[in-house]
Parts: sequence; structure tokens; C-alpha cells
Amino acid sequence: MTDDKDVLRDVWFGRIPTCFMLYQDEITEREAEPYYLLLPRISYLTLVTDKVKKHFQKVMRQEDVTEIWFEYEGTPLKWHFPIGLLFDLHASNTALPWNITVHFKNFPEKDLLHCPSKDVIEAHFMACVKEADALKHKSQVINEMQKKDHKQLWMGLQNDKFDQFWAINRKLMEYPPEDSGFRYIPFRIYQVTTERPFIQKLFRPVAANGQLNTLGDLLKEVCPAAITPEDGEKKNQVMVHGIEPMLETPIQWLSEHMSYPDNFLHISIIPQPTD
Amino acid sequence: MAEVEKQLLLSPQDGSRGECGEEPPNGGTAVGVAEPAPPSAGSPVTEEPAEDTKKKIDVLLKAVGDTPIMKNKKWAVERTRTIQGLIDFIKKFLKLVASEQLFIYVNQSFAPSPDQEVGTLYECFGSDGKLVLHYCKSQAWG
Repeated sequence: MTDDKDVLRDVWFGRIPTCFMLYQDEITEREAEPYYLLLPRISYLTLVTDKVKKHFQKVMRQEDVTEIWFEYEGTPLKWHFPIGLLFDLHASNTALPWNITVHFKNFPEKDLLHCPSKDVIEAHFMACVKEADALKHKSQVINEMQKKDHKQLWMGLQNDKFDQFWAINRKLMEYPPEDSGFRYIPFRIYQVTTERPFIQKLFRPVAANGQLNTLGDLLKEVCPAAITPEDGEKKNQVMVHGIEPMLETPIQWLSEHMSYPDNFLHISIIPQPTD
Repeated sequence: MAEVEKQLLLSPQDGSRGECGEEPPNGGTAVGVAEPAPPSAGSPVTEEPAEDTKKKIDVLLKAVGDTPIMKNKKWAVERTRTIQGLIDFIKKFLKLVASEQLFIYVNQSFAPSPDQEVGTLYECFGSDGKLVLHYCKSQAWG
């Protein structure tokens, strides 16, 4: 299947320099210094911010420390979205580091899911992997795996072990040699301009005429507003892992190489910067 | 999320049954996976205007294990309803206390995240014009 191993590594090791600052209204006993961290794009906020939590807890009274949550310029950041997606969607084209505000009070119940433990992240992650395989292989690959293989996927992500993760994940990226790709491509398209959580539909990697479907074909079918008309001005950027892949890229290749560890291709449509 | 509290956000599709929440769930007969309601012939929502039928989708709710069944299994659900909205509704219907957990599964395999829309799941995993969801008070599938 995969020959472009370097791409997998580049995606895996993508990092976002981030500055965490405590929200001004949080009550502290001493001044809270900002905390800097390189966030892995493919991971989840609540999975990699133990150090951030500890750092701010030190200056707070014990009774004021409740569930931590994160916000960027007024938008609560969903921990169950991968970090790279959150950045692409909300903070593309802004100066680094990414300034995230840390909150302990007033949990925004209607915007965020609670994350009481790492088990909740694991359950969410595995559910996404299973959903993706339901689309790719009618769940056959994930169901044939053993419990320990599932665990290895999760531990690989949690401990940032590329080889450990991909030893199992490569099976999820295979397809029968007589086919030209997966049954359907697991993708989600996000737009900040709409209230809807994301677009997810059935989309095959190969068209009825046998031609490989491209990223452009996908957008044309499920999100035509994102595409620049031939004589028009470019209004949107189509981002995956912080880059704009060419719209001619076969969607099957993108799915195999640029999916997040949850096996979904998370695509952000953001307004073209106007500078 | 306030509208989630309204009980009649879903409409029963069986007709003959009472208002939602009126009949207490009968835990005694609910062991095992509930049988689906017999599919109604033709369009079950003929009284509703055409645009409403487009907005709503048919969802079949099946209990797993010793989780109480719902007498109405088939519901017309708005496409934009979230899984959390559905969970809240079922919990209320079954008169579960707020602290009790309820899990919803697609394809008897994965639990969609609570903010996922039912309409999206229907488009990807629906079959024969409906979306089959299993619900359970304990984790049924990994």
C-alpha cells in the first residue's frame, strides 16, 4: 500500500508552538506565568496538557481547581477534535505561538464535552477508528483485530510512538488488490462559517467511470461553495494538516497518508486571508 | 440545548401508542435485543407536509441487554438532532435518573460522539430508509 512513508512521519511529527495563558478572571494566589509547549497536531488537547494543568494549579487555590478547558479568541476548543484540526480551523494564518487561554471556571456545557479522564479520550478515539473502518471496510478489519491491537493503536498515539501505532494502523489502510481503494473515504469537512458540526457523507475513491476521485471532486460533490469558480477570486483555503493540498490529489492517497490517527481525513475550509 | 428538554421533539411512528413517556417501560420483557417494529406500509408520515418528511428521518431504537425497551421503536427525528439530544430523550422516556449513563451505538459497533448529528449518521449508515441505533445502559461494544 503505502510507499510515501516520509509523509506519514511528517504528519505524525507535526507540532504547533503554543503559549498557554490563564484566563484573567481566574483567581490566583500568585501571578500565573504563561506556559509554552509544542503540541502534537495529531493528538488531543486533554491528552497532552497535564503539564499545563499542573503549572497553573500551582498558583491557584485548591478549591478553585475544577475541570480544565481551553479557549482561543472566545471560541471554546473542543478536546475531542484533533489539535491540528483546531488550529487549522480557528488559528490558520495567525502569528505563532498559538495563544490559548486556560480556564477552570464556567465550563461551557453547550459547547464542550466533559473529559473526566484519559479513558474518555480513548473511548472517543477508538469510536472514530471504528466508524472509519465501517466506512472503509464494513468494519471487517477492525473487527478481525484483537483487543491488544486496539490497545496498541491507542498506546501508540498516547505515547507518541510512530512505529508502534503504524504497525497496526497499516492494516486499516489496506484494501483488496482488485479494488482501487477503500469502500468509502472517511472524511469530515469543517467550516467556521456554519453552525453545523461538520459534513460527512458517503464518497467513493473511484468514480463510476473508473477514474480516481480527487479532493476537488469531493468538494464539488459535498461542499461546492468551497471551490473557487474558474473565473472567480479565491475565497477559501482547503486545509489538511496546515497545508493546502492540490485539488487534483487523489482522495484515496490523501486518506491513506493524511488522515489523522482516528483514520478520518479532517478537512478545514477557512476564508482566504485578505492581506 | 434548552429545546432538548422538550419531550415532543421526536414523534412516534407507530400511531397506536400513547404520548411519549406515558407508558412505563416494562423491564421484565426487555431482556435481549428488542425486535424491530413491523415496517409500516407505504409512507408512515403521509399526514406531514413534504418538507417535513425531508427534514426528518426515521430512526429505529433497539434496546440491548437488560436496558428497558421503548414501546415505540420507530421515531421521526430531525436531521440536525444530535446524539446527545437523542440520549437525553431516551433517558427521559425510560425515566432514567440523570446520573445514569446511556450509550448509543451505530451498526452494533461504534458509539458516535454526542455532538454528531443524526442526519449525518443516517446518510452514512442508514439503510432501507432508516437509521438503526442500539441503546444500552452499559458499554455494549468496546
